[in-house]
Amino acid sequence: MVNQPQPPLLEIQNLKKYFSAQRGFIRRQLVTVKAVDDVNLQVQAGETLGIVGESGSGKTTLGRCITRLYEPTGGKVYLNDAGGRISVTELEGEDLKRFRRKAQTIFQDPYSSLNPRMNVLQTVGEPLLVNKLAKGKELEERVTETILQVGLRVEHLQRYPHSFSGGQRQRIGIARALVLQPEVIVADEPVSALDVSIQAQVLNLLIDLQQKYRLTYLFISHAMSVVRYISDRIAVMYAGKLVELGPKTELLEYPRHPYTEVLLAAVPRTAQRHRGKRNVTPGEPPDLANLPKGCVFVPRCKYAQDICRAQAPELRQVGTNLVSCHFAESLHLQGIKFETT
Amino acid sequence: MSSQTPIAIPQTPEAPPETIIEPGKAATDERYYYASQWQLIRWRFSRHKAAVVSIVLLVILYILAIFAEFFSPYTPDTRFEGYQSAPPTPIHWIKPNGGGFGPYVFDTVRELDKETFKYIYQPDETKVLPIHFFVHAEPYKLLGLIRTDIHLFGVKEGRVLLFGSDRLARDVFTRTLFGARISLSIGLVGVFISFVLGVLLGGISGYFGGVVDDVIQRVIDFLLAIPGLPLWMTLSAALPRDWPTLKLYFAITVILSILGWTGLARVVRGKMLALREEDYTLAARGAGASAWRIITRHLLPGFTSHLIVSITFNIPGMILSETALSFIGVGIQPPAVSWGTLLQDAQNLTAVAQQTWLMIPALFVIGTVLLFNFVGDGLRDAADPYAR
Amino acid sequence: MTDTANLFLEVDNLKTYFFLHEGTVKAVDGVSFNLYKGRSLGVIGESGCGKSVTAHSILRLVPSPPGREVDGKILLHLHEGSNGSSTEEIVDTLKLERNGPKMRSIRGKEIGMIFQEPMTSFSPVHTIGSQIMENLLLHTPGISKKEARDRTIEMLQRVGIARAHQQVDAYPHQFSGGMRQRAMIAMALICGPSMLIGDEPTTALDVTIQAQILDLINDLQAELNMALMYISHDLAVVGEMSDEIIVMYLGLVMEHASTDEIFDNPLHPYTLALWRSIPTIEGKLERLTPISGTLPSPFAHIPGCPFFSRCERRIPGTCDAALPPLKEVAPGHWVRCVLY
Ligand SMILES: Nc1ncnc2c1ncn2[C@@H]1O[C@H](COP(=O)(O)OP(=O)(O)OP(=O)(O)O)[C@@H](O)[C@H]1O
Ligand SMILES: Nc1ncnc2c1ncn2[C@@H]1O[C@H](COP(=O)(O)OP(=O)(O)OP(=O)(O)O)[C@@H](O)[C@H]1O
Ligand code: SF4
Ligand SMILES: [Mg+2]
Ligand SMILES: [Mg+2]
Repeated sequence: MVNQPQPPLLEIQNLKKYFSAQRGFIRRQLVTVKAVDDVNLQVQAGETLGIVGESGSGKTTLGRCITRLYEPTGGKVYLNDAGGRISVTELEGEDLKRFRRKAQTIFQDPYSSLNPRMNVLQTVGEPLLVNKLAKGKELEERVTETILQVGLRVEHLQRYPHSFSGGQRQRIGIARALVLQPEVIVADEPVSALDVSIQAQVLNLLIDLQQKYRLTYLFISHAMSVVRYISDRIAVMYAGKLVELGPKTELLEYPRHPYTEVLLAAVPRTAQRHRGKRNVTPGEPPDLANLPKGCVFVPRCKYAQDICRAQAPELRQVGTNLVSCHFAESLHLQGIKFETT
Repeated sequence: MSSQTPIAIPQTPEAPPETIIEPGKAATDERYYYASQWQLIRWRFSRHKAAVVSIVLLVILYILAIFAEFFSPYTPDTRFEGYQSAPPTPIHWIKPNGGGFGPYVFDTVRELDKETFKYIYQPDETKVLPIHFFVHAEPYKLLGLIRTDIHLFGVKEGRVLLFGSDRLARDVFTRTLFGARISLSIGLVGVFISFVLGVLLGGISGYFGGVVDDVIQRVIDFLLAIPGLPLWMTLSAALPRDWPTLKLYFAITVILSILGWTGLARVVRGKMLALREEDYTLAARGAGASAWRIITRHLLPGFTSHLIVSITFNIPGMILSETALSFIGVGIQPPAVSWGTLLQDAQNLTAVAQQTWLMIPALFVIGTVLLFNFVGDGLRDAADPYAR
Repeated sequence: MTDTANLFLEVDNLKTYFFLHEGTVKAVDGVSFNLYKGRSLGVIGESGCGKSVTAHSILRLVPSPPGREVDGKILLHLHEGSNGSSTEEIVDTLKLERNGPKMRSIRGKEIGMIFQEPMTSFSPVHTIGSQIMENLLLHTPGISKKEARDRTIEMLQRVGIARAHQQVDAYPHQFSGGMRQRAMIAMALICGPSMLIGDEPTTALDVTIQAQILDLINDLQAELNMALMYISHDLAVVGEMSDEIIVMYLGLVMEHASTDEIFDNPLHPYTLALWRSIPTIEGKLERLTPISGTLPSPFAHIPGCPFFSRCERRIPGTCDAALPPLKEVAPGHWVRCVLY
């Protein structure tokens, strides 16, 4: 780092989000689902932090707590930018509204994320309108400018979502997130619903926009190869907890958490294709309402010892990564062998 | 991916293509791209031929009811002394003895059957009564405003009884048109009341949730557990018989709406809950939109079309209920005319057997109900143009 | 590759069209391939290229109307009695009645299919076990209920469902997505079919669960010596599952070769473009090159190569004049492109 160290753009401290859900048909029972449990994270300005993990591990919930689409149950989120340090979790009213301009979301489903009854101008213009930043002619100009940025065209302004393909719809969603000139964008599986040939268009667009506007991305995905492509650092979540975080190459090549190893082993390869030779870890996804004592990964971990069942490991620095495993220092786990050519 | 291809890669291959062709849609129609929800609904609805025809017929029916004074040759209370329970007078076109072409009826003569002591009506083929259009007859106020005495058609002498006459020698055709006023409007007014209640309570229930939701849902459960007809009968029977027609009319409408709103409230609540979870609602919240804007811009428009469908299916139920109540004598009271009160005349077996024309109002009831259902079907298919 | 003893399925010039208001969709427009017992064929391509319709045509599951198999042959080599030396019967499923007894028995008994959506493949009101058993009872004359139940439990065990003797009486909603997909596989395999079709069977699942299911399918295929047709738009997954691959675009086979050839020596501009547009977990990190343009309308009438509008190496006047034939450019490597 040069000169004085810059504070991270986002500081997430002990963030928690619990949902209460009902279980059972006959005897209804109220259970607590710990969707995000005690997550600590720092995000630097201008970087892309990839967040991976299996379905239900709390990726979406984490993203939405950070942008205040959900109210966290506990913990703090701070935003440090040119305007100083604000405590996001405590904002209300006008302050919250001002924060929302800085943190926007891109949604996964290009169909449900656009109101079918609003045309492109209305959809992309809505954030400007409700924040009273522009109206009338000026609104139209700013919307036009933004949709040109994402590769749509002026004549698309008056068209309705039903007349666009999935990739184009995703561009509209990106334009909507971009129009307020945010600092942080939480992209929640922005390419998962797209066809392979269109994924690349959207990924490249996100990269170009980031360079142009120095955006910070929280890029949520369950596709490892996509995360590798777009991220600088990768955070691995399991059962609402952050289990490993590190620079992407190090994390992929030398994972230090057993779950990361499992996750990487499961990724299908194109080059070193292994037909049936894979050693797949058995086991089912965790039940968030009924987590084991100790380490959350215990039931599926092949390295588990007694201490794992008794005591939850702390997240700590091991080499380049932050890891929460009792044996992070001693285990030699298998990662991805990158092609050298 | 070890194969490196010698292909030169263009620098900006992701530039938007010149022609955007919609997968799954014929790209011939540029209009389609710019069409709003309501345009799409209209286009889809217009493909539903039965529904389109039905809506035209319904409009005609309502026009007939609104301008009943003009379209009917008489007033509902005009009596033709000596022509009780006369059968319909058929319309002929080609006049006898080269008299030319045009609508006319024969005069009717009444004879006493010496054996049964019943009057029988016979056309008097010697007396041609041409039907005139825009004739001056009994004066009335059009829409209650314009004083006039012009009727669409009529005969200068004798009488034209298109649907025959009733026991009190009144023209059934005229009375059917006048009856349509109450019968057709009670559906609309009733549905309007249901609509207001349904949207309000359903909306509150769906948006706020929690205790309010629970209370409203339990009330709905309770109301739905009550069988409709007995409830209405009890309530209507409790109304004072001597209330003026207008008051009675509104009382009956309110009674009919008591149960009608529950279904709508359920629809509204369900849609509200579903749409509240849609990503676009979340996106609007994330952009800083207020609750009011989210409800009015994102939630309500999402189900107005479904509401219209529900309403369309509710109207015939209201019409039938009014008819039923009036038929058994606890609804609209004579002298007010509705299709239900008209059918009271057809209550006994002789009427059904020998004066079949008294059943004509029933055909109107059935027809109207069918038409509304056809329209509802068409609307339902068209209501969600974004269904994937 | 020409292993006649194990030949199970010959698809020859299959054309399946949908006749709709807006026009005709040539969902499958002349697809041919052979499938052998013990071997697997992967089918890849963008959404809407006709992968599912091909599979559904084999099973005669294409909804008709609007769909119809307008041309081609789908020959099944059925063997009476077990293994080899018995009588062989060749049936053209396109000549069979869609829902006739023969077709129904082929569907349950000879070819099993696993669908993408594990949620909707089971009826919520019956137990998992009874739904699997029903298949068995239907296609195995003379089998007793007890026997069927035992076989079902055994099968559930085989696909890795713990406590199968209890879980056999569970309802679908009590199963997780991964378990439902396993049960689905058990249902497809219960009658010991000669061929298994997987239409994106793992797309809705997590990577770790996907890996388990892929291994399971691989193991069972080897064990039961089945022919496998594996459909997916995930190239890496198809790569792991198949011996050979066909790449489809707009209802046509663009390239057909062994898996290694498709991955290491792809020839068709479309395959190449696909490869350059997907990120990989272990390959070189370089900027992706999206395929330019969008998929043409399925109603469009394209006289020449269907990929013409998006192809980087197109030769106007040649490529768009007539449809290039599928040519064998190297042994076992077919390409539909004028460049070869
Ligand atoms: N509104 C809610 N009410 C109750 N439980 C919820 C709610 N939203 C999420 N959950 C639960 O919280 C857990 C985490 O969900 P989340 O959507 O954050 O996971 P995810 O990692 O984004 O998964 P996916 O990859 O499937 O999108 C899940 O078990 C989910 O069932
Ligand atoms: N029932 C149907 N009615 C009309 N058209 C259909 C029907 N089923 C499929 N099609 C059309 O046939 C074409 C091929 O569809 P198919 O389902 O085979 O695609 P796919 O390759 O399986 O795509 P995906 O990856 O999305 O599953 C598409 O254009 C589709 O719109
Ligand atoms: S035939 Fe022409 S257009 Fe088609 S893939 Fe080959 S080069 Fe491209
Ligand atoms: Mg999610
Ligand atoms: Mg498919």
